[in-house]
Amino acid sequence: MLSVNNLQARIDDKEILRGISLDVPAGQVHAIMGPNGSGKSTLGYVLAGHEGYEVTGGSVSFGGADLLAMEPEERAAAGLFLAFQAPLELPGVNNANFLRTALNAVRRARGEAELDAVGFLRLARAESKRLHMPDDMLKRNVNVGFSGGEKKRNEVLQMAILRPKLAVLDETDSGLDIDALRIVADGVNALRSPEFSALVITHHQRLLDHLVPDRVHVLSQGRIVRSGGPELARELEANGYAGVVADAA
Amino acid sequence: MPAATETIDTVQSLTQSGYKWGFETDIEMDIAPKGLTADTVRMISAKKEEPEWLLEWRLAAFAAWEAMTEPNWAKVGYPKIDYQDIHYYAAPKRPAPKSLDEVDPELLAMYEKLGIPLKERAALAGVEGAGMEGVIGSGNPDIAIDAVFDSVSVATTFRDTLAKSGVIFCPISEAVREHPELVRKHLGSVVPVSDNYFAALNSAVFTDGSFVYIPKGVRCPMELSTYFRINAKNTGQFERTLIIADDGAQVSYLEGCTAPMRDENQLHAAVVELVAFDDAQIKYSTVQNWYPGDANGRGGIYNFVTKRAACRGARSKVSWTQVETGSAITWKYPSCVLQGEGSVGEFYSVAVTNNRQQADTGTKMIHIGKNTRSTIVSKGISAGRSDNTYRGLVRILPKASGARNHTQCDSLLIGDQCGAHTVPYIESRNPTAKVEHEATTSKIADDQLFYCRSRGLSEEDAVGLIVNGFCKEVLKELPMEFAVEAQKLLAVSLEGSVG
Ligand SMILES: Nc1ncnc2c1ncn2[C@@H]1O[C@H](COP(=O)(O)OP(=O)(O)OP(=O)(O)O)[C@@H](O)[C@H]1O
Ligand SMILES: [Mg+2]
Repeated sequence: MLSVNNLQARIDDKEILRGISLDVPAGQVHAIMGPNGSGKSTLGYVLAGHEGYEVTGGSVSFGGADLLAMEPEERAAAGLFLAFQAPLELPGVNNANFLRTALNAVRRARGEAELDAVGFLRLARAESKRLHMPDDMLKRNVNVGFSGGEKKRNEVLQMAILRPKLAVLDETDSGLDIDALRIVADGVNALRSPEFSALVITHHQRLLDHLVPDRVHVLSQGRIVRSGGPELARELEANGYAGVVADAA
Repeated sequence: MPAATETIDTVQSLTQSGYKWGFETDIEMDIAPKGLTADTVRMISAKKEEPEWLLEWRLAAFAAWEAMTEPNWAKVGYPKIDYQDIHYYAAPKRPAPKSLDEVDPELLAMYEKLGIPLKERAALAGVEGAGMEGVIGSGNPDIAIDAVFDSVSVATTFRDTLAKSGVIFCPISEAVREHPELVRKHLGSVVPVSDNYFAALNSAVFTDGSFVYIPKGVRCPMELSTYFRINAKNTGQFERTLIIADDGAQVSYLEGCTAPMRDENQLHAAVVELVAFDDAQIKYSTVQNWYPGDANGRGGIYNFVTKRAACRGARSKVSWTQVETGSAITWKYPSCVLQGEGSVGEFYSVAVTNNRQQADTGTKMIHIGKNTRSTIVSKGISAGRSDNTYRGLVRILPKASGARNHTQCDSLLIGDQCGAHTVPYIESRNPTAKVEHEATTSKIADDQLFYCRSRGLSEEDAVGLIVNGFCKEVLKELPMEFAVEAQKLLAVSLEGSVG
């Protein structure tokens, strides 16, 4: 599904990703862990096409296509979704309206029929109910005045509605209360299928208890310094990064 | 919700050149030679078979104009206008039609193309409205339309229906003939002939426009609307609108306008006067879509307009709503003179400038009577290399005890080569009055656009959503069917503003 090969990127003159290689086969969930500032969010942004980052080397193939050659909206249409670590606020833009416009843009690009207002609302209500989100979040402006946890849940709602093939979840678990964590994990698990993959960036084992990853990768200073099975995350939880990062250095 | 999606559809259906109302219509025209003298004024008056008093009135205006100089205080810049290089009269050659059936089919076809079906049976099926987005009144059955083509009114619909409730809605030239006492009493009573340079010019040479009278206690049974079209080359358009709402009367009126794309600039200097008596309410909405010029600032309309309302009666209310997307230069300050005790003035404005457009627009609220109230909500959106200025005056006179004003002025910047300016003037001469002014400036952040794009929206769709959100407060003041059109216009006028 996703194949990252020696990806390098910088912002301004600062080298951030220094050669990342990673394969996420269809149907798998991979976790990315690593100390603050190691480049996890940058990886998500570069995959989603943020223009602030300059790709200086490497390649990414997504479902066989050259991901780096696509505009951000084309990546979304192709099935990529990034749940932001810090979701943006859009004052004045109604959440339901935003979601419906996005969904229909994606559907159009995929050659599918657009959903009318009624059809969309039915879908949105059902999904937000499944995520235990109050209905009024659909009526409010996108992320404006949302609590930290509500913003994260709103990202998951967007994901549930857009139904991506690959979701990159950037610390979607931080700031969630215990119940919300389970709900979010259930939200991701509900999408799990042989056609769906996820790249889950997290600092916490507790998310991975609900969302058991096929592989865990540790990022340090822009490189993957270790990869392993689900037990790697437990090891990190117990011992911290010191050992892993030091090993690599 | 559907509106925003339609906004997006519109953007997608458009080609790069954006302005799709820019075609010319081939109609045999009667055009006066270029130039402006007292004889031009006499010629216009004679063409319109006007009474002596009106000719005198025009000549006085002309004399005033000759003695004045063009104002230069607005934050707009343009080459000097040669007033002798303009045609001041252009009318279709055919004699004025007596009924809709007599209107030149070419003209009907043109309005049809603009989405203005000049047929009363437009009420049926709604088919007329198909594909006619971007202009006002599309296929809506409950709107009476007066269509002004260059210098003359070519058709007014639903007149009989309106007449049944005593409402007069006709070209002002006809009102001069049929209702001289009303016109003579009110014309120039709100905007005197020598009010300002462009108003004086308009008073001297105005050619047509709409006249509305709503009798005592009558609530106008349908929306009234005037659609202005400049077609002829090198002509100025100087229309004059006069709306009178007698005691307790209510009316909602909407104007729209388009022009062909031309390389030279064309002058549009209109005057609108509104008079509201005791308990009367006038809602005046404008969707201004004159040709804005090309991306390099070539061509486009100079829109120098004087609009003023006299809230003469107690508890009278006038509400101006404008969505200004067109014109190379906009110079316009719809105002309310709040004379009647407890009278209310409102101004809701969205002004969009893109490319090289310049807008200097705002309002004046003059509080004269006790307990008068005014509300100003201005949303300025600048993109490209444009300049957008809000200029507003709130003046509280000594007798206006208990007067209230609230002003909210927001600017939204798209890109970093455009300008937004807020110039509020507040003069309060009554200590019991309360005047509040709030202003914000924001910019569409690149990260907001990226966030939207990562959800599948194109950059233009994203800007459209954010802009429509920014203007919501104003758009909701428009009659519902026009709000959708206005949203589409916003999207269209901001095309190419990012990236
Ligand atoms: N716009 C920027 N300008 C300068 N440096 C930046 C910018 N964006 C990111 N960086 C730097 O790049 C490095 C990687 O940042 P990134 O956000 O990818 O880290 P992260 O692994 O997601 O950290 P965290 O766990 O704290 O979320 C950091 O040192 C950060 O300061
Ligand atoms: Mg991060």
